[in-house]
Amino acid sequence: MSVDKDTVKKIARLARLDVPEERQEQIAGELQAILSWIEELSEVDTANVEPLASVTGHSLPLRVDKVTDGNKVDDILANAPEQASGFFVVPKVVE
Amino acid sequence: MNSYLALTATQARAALQNKEISATELTNAYLSAATATEALNNYVCMTADKALEMAAASDKRIADGTAGPLEGLPVGVKDLFCTKGVATTACSAILKGFVPEYESSVTSQLWSDGAVMLGKLNCDEFAMGSANETSVFGAAVNPWSAQGGDDLAAGGSSGGSASAVAAGAALLATGTDTGGSIRQPAAFCGVVGMKPTYGRCSRWGIVAFASSLDQAGPFTRDVADSALMFASMAGHDAKDSTSADASLPDLQAALQASVKGMKIGIPAEYVMDSMDEAITKLWQQGQDWLVEAGAELVPISLPHTRYALPTYYIIAPAEASSNLARYDGVRYGTRIEAGHSLDDMYEATRAAGFGDEVQRRIMIGTYALSAGYYDAYYLKAQQVRRLIKDDFDNAFTEVDAILTPATPTAAFPLGVKQDDPITMYLNDVFTVPANLAGIPGISVPAGFSDSGLPLGLQVLSGAFQEDTLYTVAACLEKQAGFAGQPPRHAAMINQ
Repeated sequence: MSVDKDTVKKIARLARLDVPEERQEQIAGELQAILSWIEELSEVDTANVEPLASVTGHSLPLRVDKVTDGNKVDDILANAPEQASGFFVVPKVVE
Repeated sequence: MNSYLALTATQARAALQNKEISATELTNAYLSAATATEALNNYVCMTADKALEMAAASDKRIADGTAGPLEGLPVGVKDLFCTKGVATTACSAILKGFVPEYESSVTSQLWSDGAVMLGKLNCDEFAMGSANETSVFGAAVNPWSAQGGDDLAAGGSSGGSASAVAAGAALLATGTDTGGSIRQPAAFCGVVGMKPTYGRCSRWGIVAFASSLDQAGPFTRDVADSALMFASMAGHDAKDSTSADASLPDLQAALQASVKGMKIGIPAEYVMDSMDEAITKLWQQGQDWLVEAGAELVPISLPHTRYALPTYYIIAPAEASSNLARYDGVRYGTRIEAGHSLDDMYEATRAAGFGDEVQRRIMIGTYALSAGYYDAYYLKAQQVRRLIKDDFDNAFTEVDAILTPATPTAAFPLGVKQDDPITMYLNDVFTVPANLAGIPGISVPAGFSDSGLPLGLQVLSGAFQEDTLYTVAACLEKQAGFAGQPPRHAAMINQ
């Protein structure tokens, strides 16, 4: 496994990060160094080990499916970079 | 002014109750001290007016006999906790100008117990760092310095919190700890930092980094203050699905309890070549102190310790890459208009808004979660995480607590570890395992390096056994008699 410029481009795209062409080489090197270090994990025998996603030991609590909060349009829009008529405004999505 | 700053929270609380001092006087003393130590860059925003309003309300409640457990005690808040009406940025350019319409559960509990908010404290951007150097506001500076030396790192990510408490610019401070972000800076600055059991403190309203690891906790001057503040921060919260519905042990009794007969585990795997000799000595000294107090030492093995850091550097970035997807320039924070499409806007906003370390971790996390690599990296890391937790579970069938160094070195000069991310990551070698296992840990200042910098010892206990943690920590504190005050602190405050 090695991280090249194309991998950086692909990952940057998935992460929605604009990584300029001239930085891609350097970032590929940094990611490669970190991933090689992480590679150490492959020597651990994990056959039949159940992955651990949460240490809480309890399953997610359920509650009655009813509205507990709401009517806060102004609060929700208070920090919007751009808003109009109670909506967030974004660049045009459909031509 | 100095007499106010000399009081611990426990002492200040008694002095307030006995009306020897007022909350307004105490708050003014801290606001002045925070201004006098401004060069340490530990506050990113001071809320003096709000502090004085809250202090006046505290004085009224004290007069009325309705004082809460933290009534009138001045607290600094890590800028990762959302505070209603007060800018909250996670020290990132992407949250510039963000003013929450709500208050985090932990800070709500502090205010309803009577605490007074001094302001927001510096930290690494999105809590990603070990030296507070990734903050968009610049690094917080350690109030300690080696004789005539350079500015030292306060540690990270909660560098501002540790620096402020050490410098006397806050009596108490909140922090968060995902891989050591409370315990490492506490050790660097000579204060007490505690990471509770995962689930003790609600994560609601705290800017998320890695949700399965993040836990809020207190920074204080001594162990008794730590227990006092932790009790206020902890508690079940229906708004955090991972919040534990478990009652708190009797912490005041724990502080008075003896370690006599307790079994203290000493893990073989925590002996590291790269460790400062002074730290090796201090660790031995800590063991001797506990034996003198009647505890029994038990050699233990935590065989997967060396895999903790690589495991963490998959799990934490993976969760971060998912959590940080929300910063897209649509609902809050910075937006950079670019290109023609929504995607262009997202990419430009995120590239401009996130700093280098945050982008690096988003990239690593995205890679580890991407098609074709998920099993090799993320699933593998989750499996090793279970083995690490099993190591601790096994150890705690034999021992009550574990004693380790808090950090492999004393505080280092700012700027020296920026070139190589992995060197920086190694700072957290002793603290990361507790986050992966979800167990509590505390860093107690216990000695000095050869150049006179504070060093910490770490105590770990089983999940939800913070009482054991505090009993051992109180014993170490008493035996160590750490009474250090950063020399620069005294100079600045007396100016």
